[in-house]
Amino acid sequence: MSRLVRMDRTGHTTLAEWNVGDAEAIDAAVTAFRGELDRGYFAMVSTGPGHAEQVKELPVDADLVILRLPISGG
Amino acid sequence: MDAARVRRRGALWTLTTFAHVVPFVAAGVVLLVVQPLAVAVSLASFAHAWIIPMLYAARGANVLRPKRRADADAGAAATAVGLLGDLVDHRTRDLYAQTGLVVERGALGAWAVGEAGAVLLTARGRRATCFCVRVDDPDLPPADRTAHLLLALRADEVGFATVANMAFSGARWRIARRLPAEMRPALTAAAALDRVYDTAS
Repeated sequence: MSRLVRMDRTGHTTLAEWNVGDAEAIDAAVTAFRGELDRGYFAMVSTGPGHAEQVKELPVDADLVILRLPISGG
Repeated sequence: MDAARVRRRGALWTLTTFAHVVPFVAAGVVLLVVQPLAVAVSLASFAHAWIIPMLYAARGANVLRPKRRADADAGAAATAVGLLGDLVDHRTRDLYAQTGLVVERGALGAWAVGEAGAVLLTARGRRATCFCVRVDDPDLPPADRTAHLLLALRADEVGFATVANMAFSGARWRIARRLPAEMRPALTAAAALDRVYDTAS
């Protein structure tokens, strides 16, 4: 089961869950994904120990997609 | 911000520190020689030479210090720690539980990442470069803030160091002594990680 989670004030919120073969769940996840990107979130996927990649389309085969806010110099 | 630029800015920072210290020390010595009765003024000059670098180092250490919030939600904090734990290995997770910092090896050096900034250890762990960087949401739990910075660092280390404001560059011990004792092991672990990488490469 893959998950789309957003880091927020609750710790994190699971926005969507899907299996690779479940087209309906994937559509819902894509819709949620695009909505969060429109709100200014960045989507991140781990690509191995110590590495992550920012994605603009939902990677359906990823186990975990994390949405984070932009960072800025303090 | 690449490795060469980090080195150059570090050297410039050291030069600036000397430029702050040397005139005050020189003035104190000259005054003492010329007019020994002005010892109080000489001591004030020496104090300036000591205090200014200390304030810079304190500013650097502040990037790792936890930010206290009155309305912290314990449940949200625990949930955020769980997600952060999923992003790192067992050893790093244990170190985070102990220190509140995540230690991560990058291309520029070894990082100790906190909730409001990160310290880059280079030169076999001897030099610490402090970066102040934050997430623009005051309601995020501390571990989520750290996870934000960690993911940004992993995705684009050079971009991370470019976006962040450099708050200090200097000897690691100058930062370590201004950190709470429970946080120091993370800095030591990051320095060890940098030494391992430096030896291997």
